[in-house]
Amino acid sequence: MKFLVFIQSHESKIHNNSLESLSAAQKLASNHNAEVHAVTFDKTVAENISQYDLSSTIYINNQELNSYNPIYYLKCIEILNSSINPDLIIFGHTYETRDWVPRLSARFECPFISDCTNIDSTDQMTFIRPIYQAKLNEKIKLNGKGIISFQAGSFSKDNLKQGNCTIDEQSLDMSNLELSINPGERFKESADGVDLSTAEVIVSIGRGISKEENIPLAKELAEKLNAQIGASRPVVDAGWLDHSFQIGSSGQVVSPKLYLAVGISGAIQHLVGMKGSKNIMAINKDPNAPIFEISDYAVVGDIFEILPKLIEEL
Amino acid sequence: MKICVLIKQVASEDSSLILNDDKVSFNTSSINFVSNEPDTYALEEALQIKEKFDAEVTVCTLGPESSRQVLKDALAKGADNGIYISDEGIDTSSPLNIAKVLTSALKDNNFDLILSGLQSNDTGFSQIGLLVAEYLNTSHASLVMGTELINDCKDIKVKLELENGWFQWSELTLPASLTIQSGINSPRYATLKGIMSVKNKEVKEFNKDNISVDYNSSYAVVEKFVPQKSKETETIDGSPDEIVEKIIDVMKNKLRLVQ
Repeated sequence: MKFLVFIQSHESKIHNNSLESLSAAQKLASNHNAEVHAVTFDKTVAENISQYDLSSTIYINNQELNSYNPIYYLKCIEILNSSINPDLIIFGHTYETRDWVPRLSARFECPFISDCTNIDSTDQMTFIRPIYQAKLNEKIKLNGKGIISFQAGSFSKDNLKQGNCTIDEQSLDMSNLELSINPGERFKESADGVDLSTAEVIVSIGRGISKEENIPLAKELAEKLNAQIGASRPVVDAGWLDHSFQIGSSGQVVSPKLYLAVGISGAIQHLVGMKGSKNIMAINKDPNAPIFEISDYAVVGDIFEILPKLIEEL
Repeated sequence: MKICVLIKQVASEDSSLILNDDKVSFNTSSINFVSNEPDTYALEEALQIKEKFDAEVTVCTLGPESSRQVLKDALAKGADNGIYISDEGIDTSSPLNIAKVLTSALKDNNFDLILSGLQSNDTGFSQIGLLVAEYLNTSHASLVMGTELINDCKDIKVKLELENGWFQWSELTLPASLTIQSGINSPRYATLKGIMSVKNKEVKEFNKDNISVDYNSSYAVVEKFVPQKSKETETIDGSPDEIVEKIIDVMKNKLRLVQ
């Protein structure tokens, strides 16, 4: 069997999620006695990746691939797919992956099992992924060629096996492509956003806060705990807090000593951003809220009854 | 300009999910069905484009009889017509097959824009809009946070959300399929006049007899299950006073955060 792992990078920096997926691929390959090939569009990244235990690192040297454009990315993997014919093509489940990899699935007529968190221990071509906002998991069995993406944090890059592999440099003919998609420069909206990555304590506000007028209540608690404020997506979408406070896959990834989730139900996109916290305490009136699944302390109760008393006692 | 919005009916967030003995299908009697929230942002974006330009908005859903409701809701909010595809006898087990079925129903309409939510709150694959783009050979963009038609409505400029607070504008040639990120707009409510107008709006019907699809079968959902907890969780409950006392105890004695 042959696996092809796509290594996403930006300005020669490898996306963490790609390394985690490479680790998943190595694990899967050892059970299938499979070859693992990694593909990158960046020379520095290729040199970096060649230090792992892989069958080869494929470095595609084309200036069209220097920055992300799905049209070129798709064409490149289409060409590689016909030359290598891998059984599995593996990705980290990044935003960029979501933007182009589904098209490969249709182009190659093979299923894309996206956002996987594990490989089934008894059947190594069965993958596990969360459904219904992580309230349930499902097992999907692949009976043929497939595309897989792994959710951030599902596998550890610390488990990557070191080795030495050759770098196979190629240039592809990608002329005559119709450029119906033209991405512009990347930019940030709030240049001096809040950096929550070093915060010791974070009081994070979710939809359960109900309305903007209640935000000061959470802020007051944060002040008492000498904590920073964070938020889940619905709160910043509603405009109650600036986008820069958002924690989750589209915001910041944090790992404070205490993450105090106030009225956060725990959509998977949020959990990705905070599940690495040393201690998680969640206050929610729904005992079945998914956030409790990953909490050290599950406080079942009404935040509007608990917060004022807690502030008073602290 | 012709716009199609793909809307899925999903279980509401507070529904209890009870699996049948096959461990794959649900006992639907305990499920409250609603329009997939991310799709409602896609509909709103389409309606806002319609208000600025001369556009016709078609809403399309694939699902059981109950999912006709999502079309009614969308028509009441201002969509012009609908496409209902019955899922009876249709293979909807994978995103690939769902996209094939949708494509079969949409392909002759020559839509300029196809909008959908960035993911469904049930299976959460975030693939359909992109798969349909490939099958219909359109341009695409995902995680769209803003749209602006340009060049006499031949192209569209879209604002994309990237990771870690980064954004990007991208220019696409129409036709295009866009998956819409939540927060792009504030979805409207239906008006009484809108609700009254639903019965006069056309809904085209498709089913297994007039959908022709070559299904992919290299994929099977084997089992659904409640995840095992990876952590030991201490539950803190009781009266608000008891809860606060316990929280303070944890903060003081276990986490040593407060004196």
